[in-house]
Amino acid sequence: MQKKHLSVLIICLALGALFAIVQVGISNGMISGYWVTNLFLMGINIILAASLNLINGFTGEFSLGHAGFMAVGAYAGGVITTNLGLPFPLAIVVGMLAAAVAGVLVGLPTLRLRGDYLAIATLGFGEIVRVVLMNIDYVGGASGLKDIPDVVNWPIIFVSVVLSLLLIKNFVRSSHGRACLAVRENDLAAQMMGVNITYYKVLAFVVGAALAGLAGVLYAHYYTIIQPKEFSFLLTFDVLVMVMVGGLGSLTGSVVGAVLLTTASAFLQAIPELRMVIYALLLIISAIFRPQGLLGEKEVTLRTFQKLGGVFNATSGSKQTQ
Amino acid sequence: MQDLLQQLLNGLSQGSIYALIAVGYTMIYGIIQLINFAHGDVIMVGAYVALGAALMGFGFIPSLILAMITCAILGVVIERVAYRKVRPVSRLAALTSAIGVSLFLQYTMMYFLGADIRSFPADILPERTYTLGGVIVTNKDLLVLGTTLVLVIILQFIIFRTRTGKAMRAVSFDGQAAQLMGINVNYTVAFTFFIGSAMAAAAGMLYGICFNVQPLMGLMPGLKAFIAAVLGGIGSVPGAMLGGILLGMTESLVAAFGGSMYRDAVAFIILILILLIRPTGLLGKGVQEKV
Repeated sequence: MQKKHLSVLIICLALGALFAIVQVGISNGMISGYWVTNLFLMGINIILAASLNLINGFTGEFSLGHAGFMAVGAYAGGVITTNLGLPFPLAIVVGMLAAAVAGVLVGLPTLRLRGDYLAIATLGFGEIVRVVLMNIDYVGGASGLKDIPDVVNWPIIFVSVVLSLLLIKNFVRSSHGRACLAVRENDLAAQMMGVNITYYKVLAFVVGAALAGLAGVLYAHYYTIIQPKEFSFLLTFDVLVMVMVGGLGSLTGSVVGAVLLTTASAFLQAIPELRMVIYALLLIISAIFRPQGLLGEKEVTLRTFQKLGGVFNATSGSKQTQ
Repeated sequence: MQDLLQQLLNGLSQGSIYALIAVGYTMIYGIIQLINFAHGDVIMVGAYVALGAALMGFGFIPSLILAMITCAILGVVIERVAYRKVRPVSRLAALTSAIGVSLFLQYTMMYFLGADIRSFPADILPERTYTLGGVIVTNKDLLVLGTTLVLVIILQFIIFRTRTGKAMRAVSFDGQAAQLMGINVNYTVAFTFFIGSAMAAAAGMLYGICFNVQPLMGLMPGLKAFIAAVLGGIGSVPGAMLGGILLGMTESLVAAFGGSMYRDAVAFIILILILLIRPTGLLGKGVQEKV
């Protein structure tokens, strides 16, 4: 028990330090505006990648509807603050709820489908959301929802990311999460053991969708303008690639994937005409040489660092304690 | 009534382009169960090659053949470089690779040729129109229909009358068993990409003549063609034809008599409906679930 408390303490301290360093960096201008934008985008991408991983990696349902869920969240949140003038926390709640409802609506009928068929159906859902939003004048139609209040700051992003990751981690480790893993490994066998597979598939879908909705609300209230065309299936592909590069079924992998690809994309902005070419090559190369993703299904935990430290100690000749 | 017929004809012409693309999708999916997201971009490359040939003064048929050969080789190279090693490891990684290839083709083309929208020289096909019982038929429509028909007949011949075609059918039925029977699976898969990409190039040229040519032109027709393939029953060539033509007609009817804004959504609504009601598609075979 004592050891567990210690590791929680270490993680809290590390997170606190990260938060404080970035906060200080932002407030005294050490981090330039360009990198602040990318840092915020990174946080949003982490939430997106981790929540897509919950659906695709942990439950094994191949969804490509993430941009759609994000759009639902972004627009629902945007309507609350912009059109109705209500406070931002309410926007978060409504955005997440709306995305979760969309998750149920898409999930219940389409989860009977398997593999690629589900992928294409959810992709279709995302595109339908986009076209429908484009035709609703109340949210600005094709030109988008403008003048959304700019309320998202570093503490909000940071807390959202940490809470989302905590939620997913605890979900995966709970009995619900184990049921989801069982569905992924072999849904027929899981059903035989009494796991209600439809329930768990929809549950993973709903939690994933709600978090994508959260990411959407944050996105809308950071950029202050959202257009339907931003939420095309290319956005889903971006997120999927983060999940794949990090490792399908690894939560820390999603964080690594989101951080790496956002950073790569930010650096490549310097050569805009070649940016996407290099990005595409990175994708192909990582798929060929590391098809299971950087971390595979493994997680980076404190123990990983301990082991690394152990190896380091052993090689440097000092005696290993423990 | 005339309006309806006119729209159906427009849809038929648009649909047969979808059908040509869908045939490639369905063959590739049938044989390696991979949604080849790069297929749409092979269309784009085909359109550019044909456009280049046409600008250099080649006629319709030589440009078409040149584009088909170039893209057939491109298809084989894509399979060899980006898919062959990844395919057996994980289908998701193969999909990532496919997305990578798709982006690569789009943005390399954009880098070299710019994002300008180009169109075919008008003299490749002097516009002629015929009136048939009040319905206007252009020679473009006839060209698209004729080319599609000829190519599909050739395709059916290859699949059902040649040894390689037999091997293709065997591999798509059961790859492992086919290998045990001495069929060279890798060669057969490469050949499938060869044929599928050639069809895509032809579709690209026709699409380019009917509309225009630009680096991202393959995205939507590619996606629509996949829907057409699912609609007709994935893995089935006649199904892909049927699906493509049905989809083209539905779209043009919706565009004419409803909101043209909803044109793109209709395809996806059809897709979700067909997946819910008849997941194997109109002409697809059901697969029994085994433990």
